Amino acid sequence: MIRFLATRIGLGLVVLWLISMSVFAVFFVVPSNVARTLGGRQATPQTIALISHRLGLDQPIWKQYLSFVGNALHGNLGYDYYHQVPVTHIIATALPVTLSLAVGASVLWLVLGVFSGVVSAVHPRSFADRTLTMTALAFYSMPSFVLGLVLLYFLYFRATIAGFAWFPAGGYVPFTQSPGLWLQHLILPWLSLALLLAATYTRLTRGSMLDVLSADYIRTARSKGIAERRVVYRHGLRSALTPVVTQLGIDLGQLVGGVVVTETVFSLPGLGQTAITAINQQDLPVIIGIVLFASAAVVVANIAVDVAYAVLDPRVRLH
Amino acid sequence: MRTPIEPDISPPAAADRASTPQQSPGEVAPVPTIVGQGSWALAWRRLRRDRVAMISLGVIVAIVLVAVFAPVFATITGHPPNTQYRTTGLSPDGLPMAPSRQFWFGTDDLGRDILVRIAYGARISLGVGVLATGLTIVVGVVVGLAAGFFGGWVDQVLARFVDVVLSIPFLLVAIALVSVLGPSLTITIFVIGFFSWASVARIVRGQVLSIREREYVEAARSLGAGDVRVMFIDILPNVLAQVIIYATLLIPVVIVVQATLSFLGLGLPPPTADWGGMISRAQNSYTTSWWFIAFPGGALVITTLAFNLFGDGVRDAFDPEADRMTAS
Repeated sequence: MIRFLATRIGLGLVVLWLISMSVFAVFFVVPSNVARTLGGRQATPQTIALISHRLGLDQPIWKQYLSFVGNALHGNLGYDYYHQVPVTHIIATALPVTLSLAVGASVLWLVLGVFSGVVSAVHPRSFADRTLTMTALAFYSMPSFVLGLVLLYFLYFRATIAGFAWFPAGGYVPFTQSPGLWLQHLILPWLSLALLLAATYTRLTRGSMLDVLSADYIRTARSKGIAERRVVYRHGLRSALTPVVTQLGIDLGQLVGGVVVTETVFSLPGLGQTAITAINQQDLPVIIGIVLFASAAVVVANIAVDVAYAVLDPRVRLH
Repeated sequence: MRTPIEPDISPPAAADRASTPQQSPGEVAPVPTIVGQGSWALAWRRLRRDRVAMISLGVIVAIVLVAVFAPVFATITGHPPNTQYRTTGLSPDGLPMAPSRQFWFGTDDLGRDILVRIAYGARISLGVGVLATGLTIVVGVVVGLAAGFFGGWVDQVLARFVDVVLSIPFLLVAIALVSVLGPSLTITIFVIGFFSWASVARIVRGQVLSIREREYVEAARSLGAGDVRVMFIDILPNVLAQVIIYATLLIPVVIVVQATLSFLGLGLPPPTADWGGMISRAQNSYTTSWWFIAFPGGALVITTLAFNLFGDGVRDAFDPEADRMTAS
């Protein structure tokens, strides 16, 4: 186990190193005009050179990269070009927003997906099964921004006109400031993410439940006279959940960098929106910081999934 | 003229035989002819019977036709895709016009015909969907074949590379890449291809690992077949079914990614009509003009839904034992 973890963490670090190099390389393909932007319209060449020097942009790329790695190993991801705010601080500010979004949505889609998956599997080919799987597929086929805008149109715009001002059009209120407002601002974003992702879980749960329910030990449990509900949820669902947990880990890891669209539609100042702003301003330190952070989330999630797999299924040995 | 004594040797028509099940006890049942059918023919036959899949295929064909004949829409309505009708296409307040006899799907914020722009947008969506998927499949299959076939250090290196690509936060980096390299059709296709081949490679590799050990591969080897021949003639066709299933289900994903990039402002430069870009424009005025967002959004959802349903059907057709909607 320890050897497994050590290898995986080592490999994860290699992955992060490769990604950091690629992002660095990509942004040096084009000559940066950050210094020009910062200097303003009337900047003399001397001013621009000075700004470039201050930001370290006049150094050769390998030197910039080395100093970046050196700092990163000390937990310093650099400062943004425009306001000299530490990138770690920017990430720390945006992270709670993204986490609120991701965690809340994942709870919702797990409940929706697993429950409808179980119903489908217990009554395969029934009307409920067909309706649920079709609904899941329909939501799965919706691009997240379309679904988000549809929700906004009906639940914010139409509802507000009709006198039910339940949901705001967007924005974020920290949980520490007002839990009620926090919830109110997040329900629509949660729904738009969860409806989309629940489909995968409906399919997964249905498939693995169907497999499990035909297993011998389920027949044994039934023949012992255990109530059907208990057979389905205690004996069946428990072992059918393994692939669901795996998928959840993968999705959560990807979500840190993948909620860009939802954050844009609902104007949530999370990591995704911060990244988009940074990309538009060519704010290299912020871009690299967020991309690396999001990649690290994927790497960590993948390791966690493998460990969880071994814990849930004793037959799996890690090596 | 035939006498009753003479036996009838012409085989009875299949339909007749089925409708007359009462045979006299002594009569010998005629042997039905058995025609050998390849797995492809079988899969096609199963697919033909799948009503949902066939309807989806019809929808896909219709969308393809719309894309191909987009100029016809411009001719019929008399509205080229990029012409701004500032007097007839906008209300006196400068707002988009609702669907009418003149503008069937209404107009956008610049007074352009939404119907015509959707038809032209279909070209972008389908084009990117098919080309990027094609690129993904080719790269993924070659890498997966090589990794699974050669094993050893080739496999190790390729597997690590796949790991790296799969850990990249795809959307973020794709946005960064497109913004740096400048939005264009080619860039979009390559960026999508670059991030999607890894999953294909992983699937193909897994399949190849088991096929590699089969007897017929050994037989081909003992007949003197070289690596390349074994890989592409003996192994590849057996992986193809999986690849086709994957490709059908990848097209809608690619279409959504392209639309997402456009939605985030990284699509094709204006005034090119593309669905994601249209929805993005509509974001500010969807409250007053529902048609501005409903039609391009609907087009996008119908397209992806049709591909997903058809892909499900294709999977069932190739693998009838797997229950519908099991693996994704």
